[in-house]
Amino acid sequence: MLGKTAGGLFWMQRYLERSENIARLVDAGFRIALTRSEAAEDEWGSVLTTAGVKRAYLQRYDKVDGSSVINFLLRDKTNPSSVISVIESARNNARLVRTALTREVWEATNECWMTLKEALRTQISDNDLPDVLSLIRQQSALVRGAQSGTMMRNDIYFFAQLGAFVERADSTARILDVKYYVLLPSLSYVGSSLDNVQWETILRSVSAYRAFRWLNPGETNPRNIAQFMILDRVMPRSLAFCAGRMAGALEAIAREYGGSGESLELACALRRDLEQANIDMIVDNGLHQFIQDFIKRNNAISARIEQEFRFYL
Amino acid sequence: MTMTGETPHFDEMLRADGSVRDPYDEFCAWYSAQDAGRLRIKSRDAENFFRRTGITFAVYGEEEASERLIPFDIVPRIISGREWARLSRGIEQRVRAINAFLYDIYHRQEILRAGRIPIELIAKNDAYLPQMIGMDPPGGIYTHIIGVDIVRTGPDQFYVLEDNARTPSGVSYMLENRETMLHMFPELFRKNRVREVSDYPRKLRRSLAASAPRACNGAPEIAVLTPGIHNSAYFEHSFLADQMGAELVEGHDLRVIDGRVAMRTTQGYRAIDVLYRRVDDDYLDPLTFRPESALGVPGIMDVYRAGGITIANAPGTGISDDKALYSYMPEIIEFYTGEKAILENVPTWRCSEADSLAYVLEHLAELVVKEVHGSGGYGMLVGPAANRKELAAFRAKLKARPANYIAQPTLSLSTVPIMTRQGLAPRHVDLRPFVLVSPKGIDITPGGLTRVALKKGSLVVNSSQGGGTKDSWVLDE
Repeated sequence: MLGKTAGGLFWMQRYLERSENIARLVDAGFRIALTRSEAAEDEWGSVLTTAGVKRAYLQRYDKVDGSSVINFLLRDKTNPSSVISVIESARNNARLVRTALTREVWEATNECWMTLKEALRTQISDNDLPDVLSLIRQQSALVRGAQSGTMMRNDIYFFAQLGAFVERADSTARILDVKYYVLLPSLSYVGSSLDNVQWETILRSVSAYRAFRWLNPGETNPRNIAQFMILDRVMPRSLAFCAGRMAGALEAIAREYGGSGESLELACALRRDLEQANIDMIVDNGLHQFIQDFIKRNNAISARIEQEFRFYL
Repeated sequence: MTMTGETPHFDEMLRADGSVRDPYDEFCAWYSAQDAGRLRIKSRDAENFFRRTGITFAVYGEEEASERLIPFDIVPRIISGREWARLSRGIEQRVRAINAFLYDIYHRQEILRAGRIPIELIAKNDAYLPQMIGMDPPGGIYTHIIGVDIVRTGPDQFYVLEDNARTPSGVSYMLENRETMLHMFPELFRKNRVREVSDYPRKLRRSLAASAPRACNGAPEIAVLTPGIHNSAYFEHSFLADQMGAELVEGHDLRVIDGRVAMRTTQGYRAIDVLYRRVDDDYLDPLTFRPESALGVPGIMDVYRAGGITIANAPGTGISDDKALYSYMPEIIEFYTGEKAILENVPTWRCSEADSLAYVLEHLAELVVKEVHGSGGYGMLVGPAANRKELAAFRAKLKARPANYIAQPTLSLSTVPIMTRQGLAPRHVDLRPFVLVSPKGIDITPGGLTRVALKKGSLVVNSSQGGGTKDSWVLDE
């Protein structure tokens, strides 16, 4: 496979994943804004921070208000991380690697772009927002379905997988990075309604509010949530899960190519560390430090993959 | 049928008395039984299908509509087996002559010695590449892929308009048009025995592989070289690479290593044996041609000359489809094949010649004037369709640079009906059959791409100028 193609697949999937993550963040923010209007402005602010676009947003708008944030995150082409921008980037990468895609995957991606371009053409009202958000998730699910059903499990598939899990790990880690303080054991906050809002938001941002309830039918406490978001082995957006999938994809590529490099070592080390960690240790040693460390290691793996498989040079 | 055969043009479907010509018998019977509303819906479906599949072309300089569809008309263009047999004989003869001419012109130049074409036409021509002199392309093939543009003016009158011996495009539309028709109207293919086109990509691959260079050992590694995703024909480049199972590469994926052109893969550099390039000669090698080109591969020409790679089509083939040289095609065919040309050449006035220029200026309103090096219908004047201002402007251009132009009579192109809101209506068409040439022989895909001028009376079929396409059938008889 061409290095450029591997790079295109990796980024196509990162962008697709990002579109979905942005939609989730908006969804969670919108939900809070509706149900706890007093927390709305703060919440939209941290949504922008999590998406990594707060500075860009403030260059365009004076204040943080729901409808501006929603439009900035979903349909502003000057924001390279808006859903419309990332979907366009995903589709451009898909065009670039068209020969590596099945017809089904290409068509689903192309249709995703056409559908969302249309849906995001005009200002989105609060009434339309839930439908638009479902549409975004639905369209990316169609692409993923086509991939799952039609792609051969060779390097093509695994480079796409790498993109998906690098992006997803980054996204979950950023959510935690912005909200880590509400997961710290702090006497003054225990049981307060503010905490409950924040906990709920974290879980909604990864669409796992309900899953968490099923896994933790008893008490909702910050320790359980941190454990769930970081170390849970079956939650598909937890850091441990993503690290496991990254390492697995690199192992599959190593098997196919008959050799491996540093990226696999880094990913295996990350997977191992998360498997062996326990949440009390993490909190004792500093939750924030742990998350920042994770983000750095995830970036290092991504950079190493790029180099090792000759994406650009 | 809401249409009469009363037209001054040769109507490929209807005779002058309104009766249906044989190849269209089955189609017309079927069409009459269809509900117009249903056909319109189908037609819209086809458009959605093209859009979803991404069968679009980029239009330069248009921000919003940067990806456009080429309109597709659902009425097939039908050619009888007998007509095709004659056409394909003519095409084959022409393609043989072109390859023989190219070999000669880059070697002993017998045709110049014999005084059959003037030497200035070669010597002063940018399309003639001195770098190719004395070079033997692998397998002796210059034009691996040719798309000959043919128009029809009567039952047995076929004219070649252009030979497109550089990097002809459109074959993906030929293939996708057929897929679309099979998908929409399977019943039509049960009634008509239409010759297959779908194995073109396989044949292309086989044909390219048969032209592998000396340096190739084992199964030839084939790649398609594209200028990139912003090129107007990018869809076709990726389509062909995909269908052939070949890598789609850009200049920056390639590098010369140890006397081979190699592509950067996830596991290191891998040598390419045959490069089907969709990049013009000028951009192929910045060390040999345009130094600023980022689309090509520095050093590829050295590798080529040393037998390390096959470039398809060979650099320098453009000399054979140069419009100034076009008027000599009958002589060229006779010189190399010893036969009279089967397909006719359109009479051509070379404006570089004073007498011709005078004639052209005087008869401008009746003629079609083309730039010698132009393509895509740009920079062309259709005299009968032009207004006074346009004619005057063109007259000035002609006087300023006469050698830049040739002129031809306005041919009365044949028509094939298209579906309109008012029913079937005749529109002018041309045909671009695709020809593969390899050391093992010449293969012509039955049919080709029919381009159709969608505007009533228009003679310009180019997609960049609002033309559409049709599925083209050759009946198996």
